[in-house]
Amino acid sequence: MATALTPVLTRYWDQKDSYTVAGYERNGGYKGLRKALDMAPDDVIEQIKASGLRGRGGAGFPTGLKWSFVPQGDDKPHYLVVNADESEPGACKDIPLMLASPQQLIEGMIIASYAIRANHAFVYIRGEVPHVIRRMHAAVRDAKANGYLGKNILGSGFDLEIVVHGGAGAYICGEETALLDSLEGRRGQPRLKPPFPAVAGLYASPTVVNNVETISMTSQIMRYGAEWYSSFGSEKSPGIKVFAVSGHVKRPGIYEAPLGITMRELLDYAGGIREGHKLKFWVVGGSSVPMLTEDHLDAPLTYEGMEEVGTMLGTATPMVFDDTVSVVRAITGWLDFYKHESCGKCTPCREGTWWIDQLLHRFKDGEGKPEELDLLNELCGNILGRSFCALGDAAATPYPQALKLFPQEFEAGIHTPANEAFDPMASVVFPGVKTS
Amino acid sequence: MPLSDQTRVEIREIIAKYPEPRSALLPMLHLVQSEEGMVSTAGIEMCAEELGLTSAEVASVATFYTMYKRRPVGKHLIGVCVNPQCGILGGDKLWETLTEELGVDNDETTEDGEFSVERIECQAACTYAPAVTVDWEFMDNMDPDKLRETLAKLRAGEEVVSTRGAVIRDFCATERTLAGLDDGLADSGDNNADEIMLAGLTYAKENGMSAPLPGGDE
Repeated sequence: MATALTPVLTRYWDQKDSYTVAGYERNGGYKGLRKALDMAPDDVIEQIKASGLRGRGGAGFPTGLKWSFVPQGDDKPHYLVVNADESEPGACKDIPLMLASPQQLIEGMIIASYAIRANHAFVYIRGEVPHVIRRMHAAVRDAKANGYLGKNILGSGFDLEIVVHGGAGAYICGEETALLDSLEGRRGQPRLKPPFPAVAGLYASPTVVNNVETISMTSQIMRYGAEWYSSFGSEKSPGIKVFAVSGHVKRPGIYEAPLGITMRELLDYAGGIREGHKLKFWVVGGSSVPMLTEDHLDAPLTYEGMEEVGTMLGTATPMVFDDTVSVVRAITGWLDFYKHESCGKCTPCREGTWWIDQLLHRFKDGEGKPEELDLLNELCGNILGRSFCALGDAAATPYPQALKLFPQEFEAGIHTPANEAFDPMASVVFPGVKTS
Repeated sequence: MPLSDQTRVEIREIIAKYPEPRSALLPMLHLVQSEEGMVSTAGIEMCAEELGLTSAEVASVATFYTMYKRRPVGKHLIGVCVNPQCGILGGDKLWETLTEELGVDNDETTEDGEFSVERIECQAACTYAPAVTVDWEFMDNMDPDKLRETLAKLRAGEEVVSTRGAVIRDFCATERTLAGLDDGLADSGDNNADEIMLAGLTYAKENGMSAPLPGGDE
């Protein structure tokens, strides 16, 4: 039987005022917070642990466990920082969550801050999205006017201030320690770990950094219980996930479903591949994870299920490409991205992304040399595991898998430009423009 | 040219929101950029003074982030996402259209000072590919004809509305928004849930699917 869609975080999005306190309360919003404030903070952490919720920013680290790493009784201020620096090619789920249900995020932030005993919380939003930044600012004012933020929230004695912070264009700030440096008003470059942020994060104080979707979901877990949440998904990947399906499908968009749904099922909900074409490859977790093909459509979309087929669930925002798309052109585009976004701190990434990108461009232009196919693999091998943070690893990921799955396209790149082998106009989706 | 006293007052209001003053630097740089259309030496110096930093320290931050411009930007900044998805689904073609139409290349400004153009590496709008931005406001599901029409309207001073609701103003006005100042536009476009955001919810409702909830809660 097909896995049914289960809208939870997205279930009131069809109501015009879903983003206001009034609209959110009408749908039972802030009930989870009331339950949490009646509990001891440690019990809230236990409930999140018991739910099995894992970080939705890509790494999948257990959320409750992360919260429990914050030392208590240490006389230092604690901080919660929401990572809303969504910038990786493919990832486009947090922007909608902040637009249509910012109160859900704020409710989760109050719950998380109460649990880790923080009185200051931040939402670090990438700078290129003014519509989201203004919406979050307004949502914080709305929540404050209704007694959910500030002093003595709902008479609990708990105080919390939320600061909405706009970035300024740097994908690297999605890496949590780079984000913290950026939030301190510095260049956004990653820090050496350990110490981890839970011990020495913002202003060298204990800090939890969590993704937008992760924190939003804690509001629902507190409202409906850990047992309810963990009844969805698999043992190792419990719960519900917001999937964003993009590319050559008939209905690209947001689909919320239990973990363990398959790509075949998601494709079906998204209307299938556009008329007259076949699936060529798909990338499940953002451009940083190895691509898959038709052969993997029935693998469960869980953390372990994706590991089994040699990739990572990541952000669970599958990009879908049909048979008109050149693999060489696609991964060259991603390497342009990593080259542009490398922060320059460590040599393998700063230099390596340029080298990979240059070589890939040769294959894209039909000017690759046979021996460079191996050279590229060697370059990637020298970056993977040797860079300061995961950005370098990510840059080294697309090529080896693409070569393995589509060797003939790279061999063709020795004599034929990608744009001759695959007409770029066949891949466009302009409404009204005829596509082959 | 020195920056205005009003900017200095607003800088101090931004600083007051943070536990540590230096945390205000990124929004402060957006604010000085909103006054001058770029981060000038005067802007850097004002930020340095207010935070007790050297101008070199502030400059090192201002030059790290791609949204801070060290040369004057045109009235409107047009961005085209050229990364896959967008690039493949039409962004490359849109970039060609834009640069041909305006006769400028990446990071350049038209002679009349109306438009600057920028290649964007992923705008988190993959489900809306291909996406274009005008002063960072989203113009989703763009095509070449719509792009030409948008440019003509902007040039004529006619109203252009982002697909996410807000009316397009200009680059400097957006920079004030990014600094965190209230622009009164937070309610434009209702909750912004269009058919793309509602794709799954609509399918679920039409087919009787929902998440089972405990205790008879809705």
